[in-house]
Amino acid sequence: MSLIVEMNQKAMDLGIPLSVHFDITYRCNERCVHCYLDHDDLGEMTTAEIEDVLDQLADAGVFFLALSGGEVLMRRDFFDIVEHARRRLFNVKIKTNGVMIREPEARRLRQLGVEQVQISVYSHRPEVHDGITKLPGSLRRTIEAIRFLKLQGLKVSMANVLMTANLFDNQGVMSLAKDLGVSYTLDPTITPKIDGNTAVLALRAPGAELRRVFRNEELVGNVAEFCAPPSAPDEDVMDGYPCSAGHTSCYISPYGDVFPCVQFPLPSGNLRREKFVEIWQHSSALKEVRSIRARDLTTCSTCSHVGSCSRCPGLAYMEGNMRGPSSADCEKSFQRTGIPSANMLQQGGIVDRALVQIRPLSRTN
Amino acid sequence: MSEQYIARSSSIAARTMGAETMVMSALDSTFFTLNEVASVIWEAADGKTPLSRIISERVCRDFEIDADSATRDALEFVEELAKHGILLVSEQPITTPVAGAEPTA
Repeated sequence: MSLIVEMNQKAMDLGIPLSVHFDITYRCNERCVHCYLDHDDLGEMTTAEIEDVLDQLADAGVFFLALSGGEVLMRRDFFDIVEHARRRLFNVKIKTNGVMIREPEARRLRQLGVEQVQISVYSHRPEVHDGITKLPGSLRRTIEAIRFLKLQGLKVSMANVLMTANLFDNQGVMSLAKDLGVSYTLDPTITPKIDGNTAVLALRAPGAELRRVFRNEELVGNVAEFCAPPSAPDEDVMDGYPCSAGHTSCYISPYGDVFPCVQFPLPSGNLRREKFVEIWQHSSALKEVRSIRARDLTTCSTCSHVGSCSRCPGLAYMEGNMRGPSSADCEKSFQRTGIPSANMLQQGGIVDRALVQIRPLSRTN
Repeated sequence: MSEQYIARSSSIAARTMGAETMVMSALDSTFFTLNEVASVIWEAADGKTPLSRIISERVCRDFEIDADSATRDALEFVEELAKHGILLVSEQPITTPVAGAEPTA
């Protein structure tokens, strides 16, 4: 067991939120076709409010802090926030498109001891990348940012979202990552827009494309092992929990709303009204999430994939039931192994239900 | 043996979990967990207190460990963390900023 896995288990046993994904703004200088956010500022937390939240997170035991958005550098106080986070000794990861990072910004991130910078790249071809971001010249600036960050000795990873708009370009992005000396991750997850609009789901990569990437050794390692039929679940699997969301991690929006995960829009509390530790320890929503074991899942508990599926409880929640199946993950399991999920067999195919997404709690209260 | 001073590098992330401390270097992403005794040395590594005093006043006293064993283990621990840039070691008091310490005016 790796040391980090061991610490995650300890955090679970002690009820400690080991990692937090904190979107400090939803504003952005790009308008990506697949983005789920509303980029208007509906009342972001101030610098003082964010610093207070960071103090609360540190006191609660949070170690891994991902600062994301929107585009984090749209906040003029971005470096003040990072400085405060580092003063409280968080392991800080920044998620950015890199467009606003030049040599001085890269140097500052290095001075502040940021551990990793994750940059979104959609294609190695400017016409495709810029077509997705709707910002002319964005690929050029993003690549320049990666070079500035690498020159400072920062660890950089390239995140490539797979969708219909960039099908077949992942190999080119992977080569670009190799040339730049950065790590590469491919994510085929497209989520509905924050206003509930599901039109964006049409951008999800088709099954045949998933099948292709799942058989790419460079991405998945041992293909035979990765695509092997699922083994029968044992008691440990059935007593297991779906993922770390709400157990050792959570998500905070720029408005102070707390959710189990960025992809799990179950309202759990608001930091403008309650202290983080109160929400973490006493939120009935989080308690419900923590109570769910694999054996409690409707449909999935009878599915042969239950022990190996990447089932996202947040996507399941957005389909209407956090204990139910996540159709996108059923599709992944099917394309990976060729064996249909219990949900697919029941439905006779993939069902696209009405979905809910993250909305500022203040709008609904 | 000359006196040693130790200070927490400002390029690290750290958090206490139970009796242990998680430490990660931002320079090379090396991840360590420190046990209770090592955590005490870590907390006391302010760059001003001599290591010998940390050992005698914190380790030997609080954990009832004999001075020779404590010194041997502490030197090994300090050497390992210093190798990854997590602890700074000097024969003089260290005046550079220490991780987790509030900046002085």
